[in-house]
Amino acid sequence: MSTVTSAANGNVSSATARAAASAAATAEATGPQPVTMAKALNTAMADAMHSDKSVLVFGEDVGMLGGVFRITDGLTKTFGEQRCFDTPLAESGIVGMAVGMAMNGMRPVVEMQFDAFAYPAFQQIVSHVAKMHNRTKGALKLPMVIRVPYAGGIGGVEHHCDSSESYYAHTAGLKVFAPATVADAYLMLREAIDSDDPVMFMEPKKLYWSKDMVDVEALRDQHAANAEAGTSTEGRAAVARPGTDATLIAYGPTVPTALAAAAAAAEEGRSLEVIDVRSIVPFDDETVCASVRKTGRAVVIAEAHGFASVSSEIVARVQERCFHYLAAPIRRVTGFDVPYPAPKLEHYYLPGVDRILDAVDDLQWED
Amino acid sequence: MTISADHTAPGQTGQGRQSPDHSEEPRNEGPVAEAVRKFGITAEDYMLPARHQIQMVDQHGNLKPHSEQGAEPGHEYPLPGDEELLAAYEQLVVGRRVNDQNSALVRQGRMAVYPSSHGQEACQVAAALCLSEGDWLFPTYRDSVAVMTRGVDPVQTMTLFRGDWHSGYDSAKYKVGIQCTPLTTQLLHGVGVAHAAKLRGEDTVVLAMCGDGATSEGDFHEALNFAAVFHLPVVFFVQNNQYAISVPLAHQSVAPSLAHKAVGYGMAGERVDGNDVVALLAVLDRAVKLAREGSGPLLVEAHTYRMQAHTNADDATRYRQDSEVAQWVARDPLTRMKTYLADKGLLNDDGEARIAEKAEAVATQLRNGLSEDVPVDPQDLFKYVFSTPTPQLKEQSALLADELAREASASASTNPESAK
Repeated sequence: MSTVTSAANGNVSSATARAAASAAATAEATGPQPVTMAKALNTAMADAMHSDKSVLVFGEDVGMLGGVFRITDGLTKTFGEQRCFDTPLAESGIVGMAVGMAMNGMRPVVEMQFDAFAYPAFQQIVSHVAKMHNRTKGALKLPMVIRVPYAGGIGGVEHHCDSSESYYAHTAGLKVFAPATVADAYLMLREAIDSDDPVMFMEPKKLYWSKDMVDVEALRDQHAANAEAGTSTEGRAAVARPGTDATLIAYGPTVPTALAAAAAAAEEGRSLEVIDVRSIVPFDDETVCASVRKTGRAVVIAEAHGFASVSSEIVARVQERCFHYLAAPIRRVTGFDVPYPAPKLEHYYLPGVDRILDAVDDLQWED
Repeated sequence: MTISADHTAPGQTGQGRQSPDHSEEPRNEGPVAEAVRKFGITAEDYMLPARHQIQMVDQHGNLKPHSEQGAEPGHEYPLPGDEELLAAYEQLVVGRRVNDQNSALVRQGRMAVYPSSHGQEACQVAAALCLSEGDWLFPTYRDSVAVMTRGVDPVQTMTLFRGDWHSGYDSAKYKVGIQCTPLTTQLLHGVGVAHAAKLRGEDTVVLAMCGDGATSEGDFHEALNFAAVFHLPVVFFVQNNQYAISVPLAHQSVAPSLAHKAVGYGMAGERVDGNDVVALLAVLDRAVKLAREGSGPLLVEAHTYRMQAHTNADDATRYRQDSEVAQWVARDPLTRMKTYLADKGLLNDDGEARIAEKAEAVATQLRNGLSEDVPVDPQDLFKYVFSTPTPQLKEQSALLADELAREASASASTNPESAK
C-alpha cells in the first residue's frame, strides 16, 4: 500500500496522487499478473517519485517520448516537466548535473540511452560520482542512480550492445546492480533510489519485454517492509534454481540462459544450481561460495568479454575461498575478447545453452 | 515569456514543449529585451562582450575616465563602493601573502605541491566577494585564495596539498565545492546545484571557475549549454592567465576572445581586466545580480597572468620569456590598488600596517598548521567509500589492521625501549 502511504506523507498534490494511483492501477490488478521488466522499472520510478519529491528523472528522450525503450513512459505526464525532463544531448552533462543536484538535496535518476553512449560520462562517473563521498570524508553523499540499458541479444548495431559493467565494478565507490527478473527490477531500482550511495543500475535490455507473473502490490509491501527492517537485496545473490552437481553463476542477461541450460542438464540427469548474482557491487561472497562448496563445481557466465572482467573477478574470489572444495577448475563462458559483433554474428558471440553445457561437461566428472 | 527550453520557469511549466510555435518566441526575453529597449542595441550586441575589456583602474592606479572604461550601452558597470574596495584590498594583501607563504612551505617540504595564484589575486578575491551567503562557489586547484576569501579556514583549505586527505573543509557547510583537478568537470556540478536550488524556488547563485586552457574541454561546453537551456543562475568565471601549464591561449582557441563564446550558448559574455579588482567587482557584482534576478547564466573572462610557474614542479622559463613576465609584473593587481586607495585617501600607513598584520597572522596560521604532523588513521581508507562499508571492505580493513598490529608487535619485540 505504499502509494496510499506515500500520498499521506504529503508534498504531493492530490491530482498527482490520483494520476499516479491510476497509472499504477493499470499496471496491476489484484494478485500476480504478467508484468514486463520495462513496466516494473517504470513503476519503481513512479513509486519513488511519488513518495519522495526530491527524486528527479532526466536524460535523453525520457520526457514526452518516455525513453527510447519507454522505461520512463508517462512520468512527465504524471509528475510534470520539473520532475521528469529531457536534457541536451550530452551524457557528461547529464551525469555532471546530477552530481550537483545530488550535492544539493536531490535524488536524481538519470538514463544513459545505451551502454556505449555512457562513455562520454565516464570521467564524471569515475572521478566524481564514485569519489565525492570519499574525497569529502563523508560530508557529501551522492544519492543518485545512473540507469544503463546494457548488453546485447537484440540485433542492435554497433555501440548499442556493450556489456560495460566491468568498468564500473572496477571503480571503487560505485555500487553496481544488475537485475535479471521482473520482481528484482522493481525492488532493486527502488533500493538503488533509496541508497545514499551512487548506483550504476545495469538493465539487461534484451529482458525489457520479458514477462513474469508478479504481484506489484506485494512488491511494494515488500519494499516497504525491507526499508523498515533495514534489509535489502543489495549485496545479496539469489538461488535462482537449486541444484546439487554444479553451480552456474550468472547475472543480468545471462541468468535466463543459465536457467535454460540447467533445465536442459536436468533432462540429462545433471542437477545444476543457478546463482543470480544480482548485486555485482557489493558482491555476495557468502551465497556464491556456499553454493560452490556444496556442489564442488562452478561455471561463471557473462556476456561481457572475459578478459579482466566481472567474470574473472568472480572466478578469482571463488577460487580463493573454495579451493579445497573444488573438484575441477572453475570454468567461464563469456563473450569472446572481440568488439561486440554485428547483428548477424552476435549469436556466435553470446553465451548460449550449448556452450554452457559443454563447459559443464568439462568439469572433470570422471575423477 | 521566458525562453522555450526554460521548462522550469515559474508559471510556465510544461508550456515550452506543448506550444507549437515556441521556436518563434524570442529567446532570453528578460535582460536581453530590457537591454534592447533601454539601449537600442540588438540581442547579439547584448550577448557579445563590449568591444574592449572593462578596465576601471589602470596599471598605475589611476581611475580611468568613464568614457575609457570600456563601457557601452548594455555593458554599463557602476563603480563599487569604497567599503567594498577597501575590503577587497585587504583580501588581496592576505591572498598574496598566502600564495607566497604556501610556495615557501612547498620549498621547505611542508607541502607536496601548491599551484599558486600569485598575480591572479584580484580574480580570486572578486570571485568570492561577489557572492552572498547562500551562494555556491566551485573552485579549481589554483583557487585556494578564493576558497579562503569565501571564509574557509586556511589550514583546512590546504589539506589537499598537505596530503592527509583530498579535501579538508565541509563543502556543504561553506557552500564551496571541493577544489577540482579534472578540468571543468566542476562547472557541471555548479549547474546541478543551481538547478536543484531553482527547482526548490531558492535564489541561490553559483559562481563556477575555470581557466583559459580548460575552455577546450568538453565539459566546459556541456556546462554552459545546460545552464543556458535550463536558464540557471550560474556565473561562469574564466581566469584567462594566458597559459595552460606551458601551452599559450593561441593554441587553445582562435575565438576573438573567450567571452565571445557566450553568444553561442545564448548567454551574455564580458571581458574584464583581471588585475583590476575594481572592474572585476563591478562586472561580477552585476553578473551575480542579473543571475539572481533571472537573467540565466553569464560568462565573464578575466585577463590576468600566472606570474609564477604552474606549480613548483614546473619550469616556466622553458616556454616564456622573462620580459613577458616583467610586463605583467608592472600590471600587478596589488600595487595599483594600493595607489588608487591611497590617492583616494582611503588607505594610510596605519591602515597598511593593520592589513599587513592580518596577512602575517594568516601566514603564521598556515606555517603552524602545515608544520604540524597530522596523525592519519589508516582505517579512514575504508570508512568513506560507501555509507556503510561492504563486507569486502570490512575484510580489507581487518587485513590492514592485522598487518599493522603485527608490525607494531614486531617492532616492540626488537626494540623494547621504544615500546615503553
